[in-house]
Amino acid sequence: MEYGFTTAAYVVASVLFILSLGGLSGQESAKRAIWYGIAGMALAVIATLFGPGAGNWFLSLVMIAIGGAIGWVVAKRVQMTEMPQLVAAMHSLVGLAAVFVGFNAQIELGRVMRMKAEGAAHEFAGFAAILAHKTPAEIAMLKIEVFLGIFIGAVTFTGSVVAFGKLAGRVDGKPKKLPGGHMLNAGAVALSLVFGLLYFTGVGPALFWLVLVTLLAFFIGYHLIMGIGGADMPVVVSMLNSYSGWAAAMIGFTLSNDLLIVTGALVGSSGAILSYIMCKAMNRHFVSVILGGFGGETGPAAEIEGEQIAIDADGVAAALNDADSVVIVPGYGMAVAQAQGAVSELTRKLRAAGKEVRFAIHPVAGRLPGHMNVLLAEAKVPYDIVLEMEEINDDFPQTDVVIVIGSNDIVNPAAQDDPNSPIAGMPVLEVWKAKNVFVSKRGQGTGYSGIENPLFFKENTRMFYGDAKDSLNKLLPMVD
Amino acid sequence: MKIGALREGFDGEARVAITPSSAGHMAKLGHEVFVESGAGDRAGFSDDDYRAGGVTVCQTAAELIATVDMVAKVRQPTEAEIGEMREGQTLISFFYPAQNQELLAKAKDQGITAIAMDMVPRISRAQKMDALSSMANIAGYRSVIEAANNFGRFFTGQVTAAGKVPPAKVLVVGAGVAGLAAIGTSVSLGAQVHAFDVRPEVAEQIESMGAEFVFLEFDEGVSDGAATGGYAAPSSPEFREKQLEKFRELAPQMDVVITTALIPGRDAPVLWTADMVAAMKPGSVIVDLAAEKGGNCELTVQDERIVTDNGVVVIGYTDFPSRMGAQASELYGNNIRHFVTDLTPGKDGVFDHNMEDDVIRGATVAHDHDVTWPPPPPKVAAIAAQKPKEKKKELTPEERKAAEAAAFKAETRSQVGLLLGGGLLVLLVGLVAPASFMSHFIVFVLACFVGFRVIWNVAHSLHTPLMAITNAISSIIILGALMQIGSGSWLVVILGALAVLMAGVNIFGGFMVTRRMLAMFQKS
Repeated sequence: MEYGFTTAAYVVASVLFILSLGGLSGQESAKRAIWYGIAGMALAVIATLFGPGAGNWFLSLVMIAIGGAIGWVVAKRVQMTEMPQLVAAMHSLVGLAAVFVGFNAQIELGRVMRMKAEGAAHEFAGFAAILAHKTPAEIAMLKIEVFLGIFIGAVTFTGSVVAFGKLAGRVDGKPKKLPGGHMLNAGAVALSLVFGLLYFTGVGPALFWLVLVTLLAFFIGYHLIMGIGGADMPVVVSMLNSYSGWAAAMIGFTLSNDLLIVTGALVGSSGAILSYIMCKAMNRHFVSVILGGFGGETGPAAEIEGEQIAIDADGVAAALNDADSVVIVPGYGMAVAQAQGAVSELTRKLRAAGKEVRFAIHPVAGRLPGHMNVLLAEAKVPYDIVLEMEEINDDFPQTDVVIVIGSNDIVNPAAQDDPNSPIAGMPVLEVWKAKNVFVSKRGQGTGYSGIENPLFFKENTRMFYGDAKDSLNKLLPMVD
Repeated sequence: MKIGALREGFDGEARVAITPSSAGHMAKLGHEVFVESGAGDRAGFSDDDYRAGGVTVCQTAAELIATVDMVAKVRQPTEAEIGEMREGQTLISFFYPAQNQELLAKAKDQGITAIAMDMVPRISRAQKMDALSSMANIAGYRSVIEAANNFGRFFTGQVTAAGKVPPAKVLVVGAGVAGLAAIGTSVSLGAQVHAFDVRPEVAEQIESMGAEFVFLEFDEGVSDGAATGGYAAPSSPEFREKQLEKFRELAPQMDVVITTALIPGRDAPVLWTADMVAAMKPGSVIVDLAAEKGGNCELTVQDERIVTDNGVVVIGYTDFPSRMGAQASELYGNNIRHFVTDLTPGKDGVFDHNMEDDVIRGATVAHDHDVTWPPPPPKVAAIAAQKPKEKKKELTPEERKAAEAAAFKAETRSQVGLLLGGGLLVLLVGLVAPASFMSHFIVFVLACFVGFRVIWNVAHSLHTPLMAITNAISSIIILGALMQIGSGSWLVVILGALAVLMAGVNIFGGFMVTRRMLAMFQKS
């Protein structure tokens, strides 16, 4: 097929991708948007397969079929609580693919250069043909792009693998650093820049330098993400999402493929915005999240007076039966306890009794942006009663009962009251303004930030200890 | 343990300390419940009602006192009643220890444990047993009903075929529990309600009940309700003057005045003077809920309804809760029941009189041959200290304009700065980079721009699907692999094939899982 046709297909695919992302602005339009994305992808793949430059399409089809089958099965089987892991795992695949494609570009380049040097008038096919026509300046540019593509791709790969491990609980969620800490990372970056320069100037074997760069990038990705704690994973996952996009864009430059560039840029900016939103929701700088851990404390945290008062299911049920308006604040603990079904059942019962039930979702609740929304949706909680922090924060003073399920830092009043608190200034859900607050929690431990939560000591707070799912199931028959 | 309610001896007292329903709850805690025959008659509970609720009916007071471990009453006990009790027995009732020192001494001598329902500390945990509040609530409601009964007009405004009726104007002085209840009742009857309180922090509560707060312009060290346990403190003479002046101004307009102003341990302040009553319209009604303590209105006569020379009705009844015996007994019975619940933490029918507990300690006035009143201050502060309200500075139009202009300028500056910086950077790249690169670079920059614009609009709740779908489309990297897979080098082919495989996983997996998620989002 003609080159023009492929380009036209790419234009259509780009538009479809943009529409697909734009459609996610609302729950209903999103259901259409997904088809735009699928259509765009199908068009792009078909146009490339049968367009100029592609060969070996039988092998390609077989590989797509195998990969597709694996993807299909995984996507069918995955639990909604496992979404964060799945997303991280998929990022790692994109990263590794980018590394492979980058290496291929360099291998092809080397082959083409060698043949050209031999002076033989070869007819190059496919990608090699494009390379053969490049001027020296363009080839220099290409090397920079290959370097960047491989570097970002490799960081994405190991970073995502570690993030996957942490999210799946196979790697300890606590921040861990090798001796040397960030200096180690900085050193690795400097070293890879040196190798990159060597590769660029053509001293010694080019492939060898690239392999070294890749290994260093692998190390950086691993060490960087190991140093970040479990609750910061929303930022990490969206950052890796962004990286996988940038890697794709870099490869697009290498291959002179505009569709790759456009899609990579779309994904890259999407991830960047998500990370920004997450950081803002924690009132932390992106850099400080990436460098891991909370910053140094500015002074002693305020003393908390009072005691945590426990309550049993009877008491919670009585308060719920008396209440007119109920707000439920879910957190990562709900996902861990798989309590979303019980929460949904409770919601259904309370709503059937004519009470107003709503959900308040903090932007960083859970381990993935929007994690809670997906879990609640899975449990068939209607999305129009699931509200964002800004939408519901002013309503707490008029709320009779707030149930906090497995969240801690996002409802910590110290963020507003105590300027010395490590989380001071972080926007939080002001649940303590409600008439009654019940906190469903496993024990008296602290949240991710490791600080006490004064909410638990407030006059209107009662602690409802126990596994969230068991607690709610105990509660259910008592609510009428 | 055995708990029994006495028949109230006081004349006109219709309440009873235990109702059949509260008896049922206490039985669940493992207690045996008794009542004196006829105790509930005036509240509408017959002996048979009690028997049906599993309560044993004793014929005489003496028999009941001899049988039970805890005697429950509404009114404070008489000396005779205390005299009949034996050592170690518990009495739970209103007690007013400050006014009844002798009774307290007697209780001490007798060795009984006396729990005063009027001394339950005002902390959130003890709200369910706060009998003063539950009785005040009834008094507030009933005061409006009495006022309406004596007021010859509608409370609500109406436009009828026969003519227009203006709504009654009600002033509630003192917005404690009774005052707020009176406000709520008056509002629901359709009156226009104004309310006053010396504690400025209750303005919000008044407004939340639908009344208008009568604002008093006065600069003084504003009294803090937190310091006095939520009660009003006596005000300075200057403040009082200012306040009376305001009332004088309001008096001619008001149809109904309900006064509820009380200061703990003092006579009620006189807030509605004779000249204010004289200024009111004939047919107006004043209900004085503070009559028992001398009254807020100068003309109030305790327990009487009087009509002044200018035809204003002044009601000084003190038995409002008793006038609603059934309701009052129900709530008082629940207050007692909740207290008993706290006394039996094990739910095994055994009292644990824990003097470390703030609520139990606070309410116990005599225990174990000792007077335990007044109690030490509770461990937890009753009410969080009021934060001084920050007043938002009202900006003048000029200031606002200036602020907007400054914001606009700052925004323009930052945008122009970004554009200049970005533009320079692109130009620099253009100087060294080949033309073919630049054409792709333009596409890249524009795509980033479109991406930023589009992604900002994505709903927060769809962020997880967004990540999954961007994941799927970032496997567009498959194109690169597809273009290379046809190469002559076997290494390239293998690497390319692997890349295609991984991207394939992502494409199908990503789209599938996104679809699954989106399908779950349902509207109610």
